[in-house]
Amino acid sequence: MIEIINLTKTYGQVVAVNNISFTVKKGEIVGFLGPNGAGKSTTMNIITGYLPSTAGTVKVDGYDILTQPKEVKKRIGYLPEAPPLYRDMTVTEYLRFVSSLKGVPKGKQQGQMADIMELVGLTDHRKRLIDNLSKGYRQRVGLAQALVGNPEVLILDEPTVGLDPKQIIEIRRVIKALAQERTIILSSHILPEVSAICERVVIINNGVIAAEDTPSRLSKDINQFLKLTMIILGDQEKIVKTIKTIDGVNYIEASAKTGDNAYKYVVESDIDVREQVFYKLAKAGCPILESKPSTMTLEDIFINVVTQGTEVS
Amino acid sequence: MWTIAKREIGSYFKSPIAYVLIGLFVLLISIFFWPRLQASRGDFITILGDMGFFLIFIVPILTMRTLAEDRKNGTEVLLMTSPTSLYKIVVGKFIGAYTVFLVTTGISLIYPLIIIMMGGMFTIQLTGGYIGFLLLGAAFIAIGILASAVTENQIIAAIISFVALIVMWVADTLATTVGGIVGVILEWISLISRYQVFTKGILGLAEVVYLLSFTIVILFLTVRIIERRRWVQG
Repeated sequence: MIEIINLTKTYGQVVAVNNISFTVKKGEIVGFLGPNGAGKSTTMNIITGYLPSTAGTVKVDGYDILTQPKEVKKRIGYLPEAPPLYRDMTVTEYLRFVSSLKGVPKGKQQGQMADIMELVGLTDHRKRLIDNLSKGYRQRVGLAQALVGNPEVLILDEPTVGLDPKQIIEIRRVIKALAQERTIILSSHILPEVSAICERVVIINNGVIAAEDTPSRLSKDINQFLKLTMIILGDQEKIVKTIKTIDGVNYIEASAKTGDNAYKYVVESDIDVREQVFYKLAKAGCPILESKPSTMTLEDIFINVVTQGTEVS
Repeated sequence: MWTIAKREIGSYFKSPIAYVLIGLFVLLISIFFWPRLQASRGDFITILGDMGFFLIFIVPILTMRTLAEDRKNGTEVLLMTSPTSLYKIVVGKFIGAYTVFLVTTGISLIYPLIIIMMGGMFTIQLTGGYIGFLLLGAAFIAIGILASAVTENQIIAAIISFVALIVMWVADTLATTVGGIVGVILEWISLISRYQVFTKGILGLAEVVYLLSFTIVILFLTVRIIERRRWVQG
Protein backbone atom coordinates (compact mmCIF):
# COMPACT_ATOMS: atom_id res chain seq x y z
CA MET A 1 0.00 0.00 0.00
CA ILE A 2 2.79 2.40 0.94
CA GLU A 3 6.21 2.03 -0.60
CA ILE A 4 9.03 4.24 0.53
CA ILE A 5 11.91 3.91 -1.87
CA ASN A 6 15.41 5.24 -1.15
CA LEU A 7 14.03 8.37 0.42
CA THR A 8 16.50 11.15 1.16
CA LYS A 9 15.85 14.65 2.42
CA THR A 10 18.47 17.28 3.06
CA TYR A 11 18.03 20.76 4.46
CA GLY A 12 21.07 22.54 3.11
CA GLN A 13 23.99 20.66 4.65
CA VAL A 14 21.88 18.74 7.14
CA VAL A 15 20.73 15.28 6.12
CA ALA A 16 17.40 14.71 7.84
CA VAL A 17 16.49 11.43 6.16
CA ASN A 18 19.17 9.32 4.57
CA ASN A 19 18.18 6.77 1.94
CA ILE A 20 15.47 4.94 3.82
CA SER A 21 13.21 2.30 2.32
CA PHE A 22 10.34 0.32 3.75
CA THR A 23 6.93 -0.85 2.72
CA VAL A 24 3.65 -1.04 4.54
CA LYS A 25 1.12 -3.62 3.43
CA LYS A 26 -2.57 -2.95 3.13
CA GLY A 27 -4.30 -3.14 6.49
CA GLU A 28 -1.08 -3.09 8.41
CA ILE A 29 -0.40 -0.83 11.36
CA VAL A 30 3.20 0.23 11.61
CA GLY A 31 4.88 2.08 14.43
CA PHE A 32 7.49 4.59 13.54
CA LEU A 33 9.90 5.04 16.40
CA GLY A 34 12.82 7.32 16.95
CA PRO A 35 14.29 9.92 19.26
CA ASN A 36 13.49 13.57 18.67
CA GLY A 37 15.02 14.85 15.47
CA ALA A 38 15.51 11.39 14.00
CA GLY A 39 13.57 12.25 10.86
CA LYS A 40 10.13 10.88 11.75
CA SER A 41 8.15 14.02 11.02
CA THR A 42 10.18 14.76 7.91
CA THR A 43 9.42 11.31 6.53
CA MET A 44 5.75 11.73 7.30
CA ASN A 45 5.66 15.16 5.71
CA ILE A 46 7.14 13.66 2.55
CA ILE A 47 4.71 10.73 2.46
CA THR A 48 1.77 13.11 2.67
CA GLY A 49 3.13 15.43 0.02
CA TYR A 50 3.71 18.43 2.26
CA LEU A 51 7.44 18.41 1.57
CA PRO A 52 9.15 17.25 -1.58
CA SER A 53 11.94 14.71 -1.16
CA THR A 54 15.51 15.46 -2.21
CA ALA A 55 15.87 12.00 -3.73
CA GLY A 56 13.83 8.82 -3.83
CA THR A 57 10.09 8.63 -3.81
CA VAL A 58 6.96 7.45 -2.08
CA LYS A 59 4.20 5.44 -3.69
CA VAL A 60 0.77 5.06 -2.19
CA ASP A 61 -1.53 2.50 -3.80
CA GLY A 62 0.79 2.58 -6.82
CA TYR A 63 0.61 6.36 -7.27
CA ASP A 64 3.81 8.36 -7.06
CA ILE A 65 3.65 11.41 -4.77
CA LEU A 66 5.79 13.42 -7.16
CA THR A 67 3.95 12.74 -10.40
CA GLN A 68 0.40 12.15 -9.14
CA PRO A 69 0.17 14.05 -5.87
CA LYS A 70 -3.58 14.48 -6.11
CA GLU A 71 -4.28 10.75 -6.27
CA VAL A 72 -2.00 10.17 -3.28
CA LYS A 73 -3.43 12.99 -1.22
CA LYS A 74 -6.96 11.70 -1.81
CA ARG A 75 -6.01 8.43 -0.14
CA ILE A 76 -4.25 9.85 2.89
CA GLY A 77 -5.53 11.33 6.11
CA TYR A 78 -2.78 13.16 7.95
CA LEU A 79 -2.52 14.27 11.53
CA PRO A 80 0.67 16.34 11.78
CA GLU A 81 2.54 16.89 15.01
CA ALA A 82 0.69 20.15 15.60
CA PRO A 83 -2.96 19.61 14.63
CA PRO A 84 -3.77 22.02 11.77
CA LEU A 85 -6.75 23.75 13.33
CA TYR A 86 -8.47 27.03 12.56
CA ARG A 87 -9.19 28.23 16.04
CA ASP A 88 -11.79 30.78 15.04
CA MET A 89 -14.14 28.03 13.88
CA THR A 90 -16.40 25.66 15.79
CA VAL A 91 -15.75 21.93 15.55
CA THR A 92 -18.62 21.46 13.09
CA GLU A 93 -17.65 24.44 10.96
CA TYR A 94 -14.08 23.24 10.82
CA LEU A 95 -14.95 19.67 9.88
CA ARG A 96 -17.34 20.92 7.22
CA PHE A 97 -14.54 23.05 5.79
CA VAL A 98 -12.19 20.05 5.75
CA SER A 99 -14.91 17.94 4.10
CA SER A 100 -15.29 20.44 1.26
CA LEU A 101 -11.54 20.82 0.99
CA LYS A 102 -11.16 17.07 0.57
CA GLY A 103 -13.99 16.96 -1.92
CA VAL A 104 -16.52 14.97 0.09
CA PRO A 105 -19.84 15.30 -1.76
CA LYS A 106 -22.22 17.77 -0.07
CA GLY A 107 -24.90 15.16 0.58
CA LYS A 108 -22.52 12.85 2.42
CA GLN A 109 -20.80 15.46 4.57
CA GLN A 110 -23.33 15.64 7.38
CA GLY A 111 -23.56 11.90 7.94
CA GLN A 112 -19.83 11.32 7.74
CA MET A 113 -19.09 14.16 10.15
CA ALA A 114 -21.57 12.78 12.66
CA ASP A 115 -19.95 9.33 12.44
CA ILE A 116 -16.46 10.72 12.92
CA MET A 117 -17.42 12.92 15.85
CA GLU A 118 -19.10 9.94 17.48
CA LEU A 119 -16.01 7.80 16.96
CA VAL A 120 -13.51 10.25 18.45
CA GLY A 121 -15.90 11.46 21.12
CA LEU A 122 -16.54 15.00 19.98
CA THR A 123 -20.30 14.92 19.56
CA ASP A 124 -20.93 16.84 22.77
CA HIS A 125 -18.38 19.48 21.82
CA ARG A 126 -19.41 20.00 18.21
CA LYS A 127 -20.72 23.52 18.69
CA ARG A 128 -17.76 24.80 20.63
CA LEU A 129 -15.08 27.08 19.29
CA ILE A 130 -11.84 25.17 18.77
CA ASP A 131 -10.00 27.96 20.55
CA ASN A 132 -11.93 27.15 23.73
CA LEU A 133 -11.23 23.42 23.68
CA SER A 134 -8.61 21.78 25.88
CA LYS A 135 -5.51 20.30 24.33
CA GLY A 136 -6.89 16.79 24.46
CA TYR A 137 -10.03 17.77 22.62
CA ARG A 138 -8.04 19.71 20.05
CA GLN A 139 -6.04 16.57 19.43
CA ARG A 140 -9.30 14.75 18.83
CA VAL A 141 -10.39 17.41 16.35
CA GLY A 142 -7.03 16.87 14.64
CA LEU A 143 -7.69 13.15 14.45
CA ALA A 144 -11.24 13.77 13.23
CA GLN A 145 -9.84 15.97 10.49
CA ALA A 146 -7.57 13.14 9.32
CA LEU A 147 -10.56 10.80 9.12
CA VAL A 148 -12.65 13.08 6.92
CA GLY A 149 -13.11 11.62 3.47
CA ASN A 150 -12.64 8.09 4.77
CA PRO A 151 -9.03 7.72 3.56
CA GLU A 152 -7.51 4.26 3.21
CA VAL A 153 -4.22 5.39 4.71
CA LEU A 154 -3.75 7.24 7.98
CA ILE A 155 -0.50 8.96 8.88
CA LEU A 156 -0.52 9.95 12.53
CA ASP A 157 2.38 11.93 13.93
CA GLU A 158 2.46 11.46 17.70
CA PRO A 159 -1.29 11.20 18.08
CA THR A 160 -1.27 10.95 21.87
CA VAL A 161 1.28 13.61 22.73
CA GLY A 162 0.13 15.98 25.44
CA LEU A 163 -2.91 13.96 26.45
CA ASP A 164 -3.69 12.73 29.94
CA PRO A 165 -3.54 8.96 30.61
CA LYS A 166 -7.27 8.51 30.30
CA GLN A 167 -7.37 10.31 26.98
CA ILE A 168 -4.36 8.34 25.75
CA ILE A 169 -6.16 5.08 26.41
CA GLU A 170 -9.21 6.38 24.62
CA ILE A 171 -7.33 7.62 21.57
CA ARG A 172 -5.52 4.28 21.41
CA ARG A 173 -8.87 2.52 21.44
CA VAL A 174 -9.99 4.73 18.56
CA ILE A 175 -6.83 4.02 16.56
CA LYS A 176 -7.20 0.28 17.14
CA ALA A 177 -10.79 0.45 15.95
CA LEU A 178 -9.68 2.32 12.86
CA ALA A 179 -6.92 -0.15 12.13
CA GLN A 180 -9.36 -2.85 11.13
CA GLU A 181 -9.95 -1.46 7.68
CA ARG A 182 -7.11 0.97 7.18
CA THR A 183 -3.39 1.13 6.71
CA ILE A 184 -1.79 3.18 9.45
CA ILE A 185 1.64 4.62 10.09
CA LEU A 186 1.94 5.98 13.59
CA SER A 187 4.93 7.76 15.03
CA SER A 188 5.66 7.97 18.67
CA HIS A 189 8.36 8.05 21.22
CA ILE A 190 6.16 6.46 23.81
CA LEU A 191 7.19 2.84 23.46
CA PRO A 192 4.49 0.95 25.30
CA GLU A 193 2.07 2.66 23.00
CA VAL A 194 3.75 1.27 19.92
CA SER A 195 3.97 -2.24 21.35
CA ALA A 196 0.33 -2.01 22.38
CA ILE A 197 -1.01 -0.94 19.01
CA CYS A 198 1.41 -1.80 16.25
CA GLU A 199 2.02 -5.02 14.37
CA ARG A 200 5.36 -3.90 13.13
CA VAL A 201 7.94 -1.38 14.28
CA VAL A 202 10.38 0.68 12.26
CA ILE A 203 13.05 2.32 14.38
CA ILE A 204 14.70 5.32 12.80
CA ASN A 205 17.74 7.11 14.15
CA ASN A 206 19.81 9.89 12.62
CA GLY A 207 17.83 9.60 9.42
CA VAL A 208 18.47 5.89 8.83
CA ILE A 209 16.45 2.81 9.70
CA ALA A 210 18.07 1.15 12.70
CA ALA A 211 15.75 -1.83 13.04
CA GLU A 212 12.52 -3.14 11.58
CA ASP A 213 10.39 -6.06 12.79
CA THR A 214 7.47 -7.10 14.96
CA PRO A 215 7.75 -5.99 18.58
CA SER A 216 8.00 -9.60 19.83
CA ARG A 217 10.65 -10.64 17.32
CA LEU A 218 12.65 -7.52 18.01
CA SER A 219 12.79 -8.44 21.68
CA LYS A 220 13.99 -11.97 20.84
CA ASP A 221 16.78 -10.71 18.64
CA ILE A 222 18.22 -8.55 21.29
CA ASN A 223 17.52 -10.91 24.15
CA GLN A 224 20.66 -13.03 23.77
CA PHE A 225 20.82 -14.13 27.38
CA LEU A 226 18.19 -15.13 29.83
CA LYS A 227 17.60 -13.02 32.81
CA LEU A 228 15.66 -14.28 35.83
CA THR A 229 14.45 -12.32 38.78
CA MET A 230 13.85 -14.56 41.78
CA ILE A 231 12.95 -14.36 45.42
CA ILE A 232 14.58 -17.15 47.40
CA LEU A 233 14.31 -18.02 51.06
CA GLY A 234 17.48 -18.94 52.91
CA ASP A 235 21.02 -17.94 53.65
CA GLN A 236 22.24 -15.47 51.09
CA GLU A 237 25.83 -16.63 50.80
CA LYS A 238 24.81 -20.26 50.41
CA ILE A 239 22.34 -19.46 47.70
CA VAL A 240 24.80 -17.40 45.70
CA LYS A 241 27.39 -20.17 45.95
CA THR A 242 24.88 -22.83 44.91
CA ILE A 243 23.70 -20.94 41.87
CA LYS A 244 27.21 -20.13 40.78
CA THR A 245 27.96 -23.84 40.44
CA ILE A 246 25.36 -24.21 37.71
CA ASP A 247 26.71 -24.42 34.15
CA GLY A 248 25.83 -21.41 32.06
CA VAL A 249 25.24 -18.93 34.83
CA ASN A 250 27.48 -15.96 34.38
CA TYR A 251 26.12 -13.44 36.76
CA ILE A 252 24.25 -13.41 40.03
CA GLU A 253 23.36 -10.47 42.11
CA ALA A 254 21.60 -10.43 45.43
CA SER A 255 19.58 -7.31 46.00
CA ALA A 256 16.83 -6.14 48.28
CA LYS A 257 15.64 -8.09 51.25
CA THR A 258 11.98 -8.83 50.71
CA GLY A 259 10.99 -10.64 53.86
CA ASP A 260 12.33 -12.64 56.80
CA ASN A 261 15.49 -14.21 55.45
CA ALA A 262 14.23 -13.85 51.85
CA TYR A 263 16.18 -11.93 49.22
CA LYS A 264 15.69 -10.90 45.66
CA TYR A 265 18.22 -12.24 43.16
CA VAL A 266 18.96 -11.49 39.54
CA VAL A 267 20.46 -14.38 37.59
CA GLU A 268 21.81 -14.03 34.10
CA SER A 269 22.82 -17.00 31.99
CA ASP A 270 23.62 -18.05 28.43
CA ILE A 271 21.22 -20.98 28.40
CA ASP A 272 17.96 -21.86 30.05
CA VAL A 273 18.96 -22.75 33.61
CA ARG A 274 15.59 -22.70 35.29
CA GLU A 275 15.39 -26.45 35.80
CA GLN A 276 18.92 -26.67 37.23
CA VAL A 277 18.31 -23.77 39.55
CA PHE A 278 15.18 -25.44 40.88
CA TYR A 279 16.80 -28.80 41.65
CA LYS A 280 19.98 -27.35 43.13
CA LEU A 281 18.18 -24.98 45.39
CA ALA A 282 15.75 -27.68 46.46
CA LYS A 283 18.69 -29.87 47.40
CA ALA A 284 20.25 -27.02 49.35
CA GLY A 285 16.97 -26.53 51.16
CA CYS A 286 16.36 -23.04 49.87
CA PRO A 287 12.87 -22.77 48.42
CA ILE A 288 12.19 -20.46 45.49
CA LEU A 289 9.32 -18.20 46.44
CA GLU A 290 9.06 -16.41 43.14
CA SER A 291 10.71 -16.57 39.75
CA LYS A 292 10.04 -14.61 36.60
CA PRO A 293 11.97 -14.08 33.40
CA SER A 294 12.69 -10.46 32.67
CA THR A 295 12.60 -10.20 28.90
CA MET A 296 13.68 -6.95 27.39
CA THR A 297 10.98 -4.42 26.89
CA LEU A 298 10.67 -2.43 23.74
CA GLU A 299 12.24 0.37 25.69
CA ASP A 300 15.44 -1.61 26.25
CA ILE A 301 15.50 -2.59 22.59
CA PHE A 302 15.02 0.96 21.53
CA ILE A 303 17.81 2.27 23.70
CA ASN A 304 19.99 -0.59 22.55
CA VAL A 305 19.37 -0.02 18.87
CA VAL A 306 19.62 3.73 19.07
CA THR A 307 22.87 3.76 21.04
CA GLN A 308 24.38 1.10 18.80
CA GLY A 309 23.42 3.24 15.84
CA THR A 310 25.18 6.22 17.32
CA GLU A 311 28.32 4.21 18.01
CA VAL A 312 28.46 3.06 14.41
CA SER A 313 28.06 6.54 13.04
CA MET B 1 -11.04 27.29 -4.19
CA TRP B 2 -14.49 28.48 -3.12
CA THR B 3 -14.17 26.47 0.06
CA ILE B 4 -11.06 28.42 0.99
CA ALA B 5 -12.57 31.73 -0.09
CA LYS B 6 -15.65 31.07 2.01
CA ARG B 7 -13.59 30.26 5.08
CA GLU B 8 -11.51 33.39 4.59
CA ILE B 9 -14.57 35.61 4.35
CA GLY B 10 -16.06 34.01 7.45
CA SER B 11 -12.81 34.52 9.29
CA TYR B 12 -12.59 38.20 8.32
CA PHE B 13 -16.04 38.95 9.59
CA LYS B 14 -15.60 36.92 12.76
CA SER B 15 -12.54 38.90 13.74
CA PRO B 16 -12.60 42.66 14.13
CA ILE B 17 -10.35 43.13 11.06
CA ALA B 18 -13.10 43.56 8.46
CA TYR B 19 -15.08 46.02 10.59
CA VAL B 20 -12.05 48.05 11.55
CA LEU B 21 -10.97 48.32 7.92
CA ILE B 22 -14.41 49.27 6.67
CA GLY B 23 -14.76 51.82 9.44
CA LEU B 24 -11.35 53.29 8.74
CA PHE B 25 -12.03 53.51 5.03
CA VAL B 26 -15.40 55.18 5.44
CA LEU B 27 -13.94 57.61 7.96
CA LEU B 28 -11.16 58.61 5.59
CA ILE B 29 -13.57 59.17 2.71
CA SER B 30 -15.86 61.21 4.93
CA ILE B 31 -13.02 63.49 5.95
CA PHE B 32 -12.22 64.18 2.34
CA PHE B 33 -15.82 64.31 1.16
CA TRP B 34 -17.24 66.73 3.71
CA PRO B 35 -15.52 69.92 2.51
CA ARG B 36 -16.59 69.21 -1.04
CA LEU B 37 -20.15 68.65 -0.03
CA GLN B 38 -20.11 71.97 1.81
CA ALA B 39 -18.69 73.70 -1.21
CA SER B 40 -21.49 72.08 -3.28
CA ARG B 41 -19.05 70.44 -5.63
CA GLY B 42 -20.48 67.28 -7.16
CA ASP B 43 -17.27 65.81 -8.52
CA PHE B 44 -16.92 62.61 -6.53
CA ILE B 45 -14.54 61.25 -9.11
CA THR B 46 -11.65 63.26 -7.66
CA ILE B 47 -12.31 61.52 -4.37
CA LEU B 48 -11.77 58.21 -6.15
CA GLY B 49 -8.19 59.36 -6.63
CA ASP B 50 -7.85 59.80 -2.88
CA MET B 51 -9.53 56.46 -2.26
CA GLY B 52 -6.78 54.79 -4.27
CA PHE B 53 -4.30 56.38 -1.89
CA PHE B 54 -6.19 55.11 1.18
CA LEU B 55 -5.81 51.60 -0.17
CA ILE B 56 -2.09 51.80 0.54
CA PHE B 57 -2.95 51.75 4.25
CA ILE B 58 -5.94 49.43 4.10
CA VAL B 59 -4.70 46.63 1.86
CA PRO B 60 -1.62 45.61 3.91
CA ILE B 61 -3.80 45.08 6.98
CA LEU B 62 -6.35 43.21 4.90
CA THR B 63 -3.88 40.81 3.34
CA MET B 64 -1.18 40.37 5.97
CA ARG B 65 -2.77 37.28 7.48
CA THR B 66 -3.80 35.46 4.29
CA LEU B 67 -0.85 33.09 3.90
CA ALA B 68 1.40 34.05 6.82
CA GLU B 69 -1.17 32.97 9.38
CA ASP B 70 -1.56 29.51 7.85
CA ARG B 71 2.16 29.03 7.95
CA LYS B 72 2.44 30.15 11.55
CA ASN B 73 -0.48 28.05 12.81
CA GLY B 74 0.44 24.95 10.87
CA THR B 75 -2.84 24.95 8.96
CA GLU B 76 -0.72 25.23 5.84
CA VAL B 77 -0.10 21.48 6.22
CA LEU B 78 -3.82 20.81 5.98
CA LEU B 79 -4.19 22.90 2.83
CA MET B 80 -1.09 21.51 1.13
CA THR B 81 -1.83 17.86 1.89
CA SER B 82 -5.43 18.09 0.75
CA PRO B 83 -6.16 17.17 -2.86
CA THR B 84 -6.29 20.80 -4.01
CA SER B 85 -3.71 22.62 -6.07
CA LEU B 86 -1.60 25.46 -4.78
CA TYR B 87 -3.16 27.74 -7.40
CA LYS B 88 -6.60 27.13 -5.99
CA ILE B 89 -5.36 27.87 -2.48
CA VAL B 90 -3.81 31.19 -3.49
CA VAL B 91 -6.76 32.23 -5.66
CA GLY B 92 -9.14 31.22 -2.87
CA LYS B 93 -7.25 33.48 -0.46
CA PHE B 94 -7.38 36.26 -3.04
CA ILE B 95 -11.12 35.94 -3.52
CA GLY B 96 -11.61 36.01 0.24
CA ALA B 97 -9.68 39.24 0.70
CA TYR B 98 -11.20 40.74 -2.43
CA THR B 99 -14.72 40.10 -1.18
CA VAL B 100 -14.01 42.17 1.91
CA PHE B 101 -12.65 44.86 -0.39
CA LEU B 102 -15.84 44.69 -2.50
CA VAL B 103 -18.00 45.15 0.57
CA THR B 104 -15.91 48.16 1.56
CA THR B 105 -16.20 49.63 -1.92
CA GLY B 106 -19.93 49.00 -1.89
CA ILE B 107 -20.26 51.02 1.28
CA SER B 108 -18.35 53.88 -0.29
CA LEU B 109 -21.15 54.14 -2.84
CA ILE B 110 -23.13 55.96 -0.15
CA TYR B 111 -21.27 59.11 -1.05
CA PRO B 112 -22.18 59.25 -4.73
CA LEU B 113 -25.73 58.44 -3.59
CA ILE B 114 -25.71 61.49 -1.35
CA ILE B 115 -24.67 63.56 -4.33
CA ILE B 116 -27.50 62.10 -6.41
CA MET B 117 -29.98 62.82 -3.64
CA MET B 118 -28.81 66.38 -3.64
CA GLY B 119 -29.45 66.68 -7.33
CA GLY B 120 -26.25 65.32 -8.82
CA MET B 121 -25.83 62.51 -11.32
CA PHE B 122 -24.11 59.15 -11.28
CA THR B 123 -22.11 59.79 -14.41
CA ILE B 124 -20.55 57.37 -16.87
CA GLN B 125 -17.18 58.79 -15.81
CA LEU B 126 -17.86 57.79 -12.24
CA THR B 127 -18.77 54.25 -13.36
CA GLY B 128 -15.49 54.07 -15.23
CA GLY B 129 -13.70 55.44 -12.20
CA TYR B 130 -15.20 52.75 -10.00
CA ILE B 131 -14.18 50.05 -12.44
CA GLY B 132 -10.64 51.42 -12.24
CA PHE B 133 -10.82 51.42 -8.46
CA LEU B 134 -11.91 47.78 -8.39
CA LEU B 135 -9.04 46.82 -10.69
CA LEU B 136 -6.53 48.81 -8.63
CA GLY B 137 -7.80 47.05 -5.51
CA ALA B 138 -7.24 43.66 -7.16
CA ALA B 139 -3.64 44.54 -8.06
CA PHE B 140 -2.93 45.87 -4.56
CA ILE B 141 -4.42 42.83 -2.87
CA ALA B 142 -2.34 40.54 -5.08
CA ILE B 143 0.79 42.38 -3.91
CA GLY B 144 -0.34 42.05 -0.30
CA ILE B 145 -0.83 38.31 -0.71
CA LEU B 146 2.59 37.97 -2.28
CA ALA B 147 4.09 39.75 0.74
CA SER B 148 2.18 37.40 3.03
CA ALA B 149 3.70 34.41 1.24
CA VAL B 150 7.29 35.38 1.93
CA THR B 151 7.11 35.47 5.72
CA GLU B 152 5.25 33.80 8.56
CA ASN B 153 5.17 37.05 10.51
CA GLN B 154 2.03 39.03 9.80
CA ILE B 155 3.50 42.36 10.84
CA ILE B 156 6.44 41.92 8.50
CA ALA B 157 4.05 40.93 5.72
CA ALA B 158 2.09 44.13 6.31
CA ILE B 159 5.23 46.25 6.26
CA ILE B 160 6.52 44.64 3.07
CA SER B 161 3.27 45.23 1.23
CA PHE B 162 3.00 48.77 2.62
CA VAL B 163 6.48 49.63 1.33
CA ALA B 164 5.80 47.96 -2.02
CA LEU B 165 2.57 49.91 -2.46
CA ILE B 166 4.24 53.20 -1.49
CA VAL B 167 6.96 52.57 -4.06
CA MET B 168 4.33 51.92 -6.70
CA TRP B 169 2.49 55.06 -5.70
CA VAL B 170 5.52 57.28 -6.16
CA ALA B 171 7.01 55.27 -9.02
CA ASP B 172 5.76 57.76 -11.56
CA THR B 173 7.34 60.76 -9.88
CA LEU B 174 10.52 58.84 -9.26
CA ALA B 175 10.65 57.75 -12.89
CA THR B 176 10.77 61.30 -14.19
CA THR B 177 13.42 62.26 -11.62
CA VAL B 178 15.65 59.23 -12.11
CA GLY B 179 15.30 58.80 -15.84
CA GLY B 180 17.25 56.24 -17.83
CA ILE B 181 16.50 52.52 -17.69
CA VAL B 182 15.50 52.61 -14.03
CA GLY B 183 13.05 55.32 -14.95
CA VAL B 184 11.56 53.16 -17.68
CA ILE B 185 11.19 50.21 -15.29
CA LEU B 186 9.62 52.42 -12.62
CA GLU B 187 7.19 53.79 -15.14
CA TRP B 188 6.37 50.30 -16.20
CA ILE B 189 5.36 49.18 -12.69
CA SER B 190 3.51 52.40 -11.95
CA LEU B 191 -0.01 51.31 -11.19
CA ILE B 192 -0.98 54.83 -10.35
CA SER B 193 -0.39 56.32 -13.77
CA ARG B 194 -2.80 53.69 -15.09
CA TYR B 195 -5.28 54.37 -12.35
CA GLN B 196 -5.22 58.09 -12.97
CA VAL B 197 -6.54 57.47 -16.45
CA PHE B 198 -9.70 56.08 -14.86
CA THR B 199 -10.10 58.91 -12.39
CA LYS B 200 -10.02 61.33 -15.27
CA GLY B 201 -13.13 59.56 -16.44
CA ILE B 202 -11.60 57.54 -19.24
CA LEU B 203 -12.21 53.80 -19.47
CA GLY B 204 -9.03 52.73 -21.25
CA LEU B 205 -8.86 49.17 -22.52
CA ALA B 206 -5.07 49.14 -22.27
CA GLU B 207 -5.26 50.08 -18.60
CA VAL B 208 -7.90 47.44 -17.88
CA VAL B 209 -5.74 44.78 -19.49
CA TYR B 210 -2.66 46.08 -17.70
CA LEU B 211 -4.16 45.96 -14.21
CA LEU B 212 -5.78 42.57 -14.79
CA SER B 213 -2.61 40.98 -16.06
CA PHE B 214 -0.61 42.62 -13.27
CA THR B 215 -2.88 40.90 -10.73
CA ILE B 216 -2.60 37.54 -12.46
CA VAL B 217 1.18 37.74 -12.77
CA ILE B 218 1.59 38.63 -9.09
CA LEU B 219 -0.65 35.75 -8.00
CA PHE B 220 1.29 33.42 -10.26
CA LEU B 221 4.53 34.66 -8.66
CA THR B 222 3.04 33.97 -5.23
CA VAL B 223 2.46 30.34 -6.17
CA ARG B 224 6.02 30.07 -7.50
CA ILE B 225 7.44 31.55 -4.29
CA ILE B 226 5.57 29.04 -2.11
CA GLU B 227 6.67 26.19 -4.39
CA ARG B 228 10.25 27.34 -4.19
CA ARG B 229 10.16 27.60 -0.42
CA ARG B 230 8.87 24.03 -0.17
CA TRP B 231 11.83 22.78 -2.18
CA VAL B 232 14.46 24.91 -0.54
CA GLN B 233 13.77 24.92 3.16
CA GLY B 234 10.63 22.93 3.70
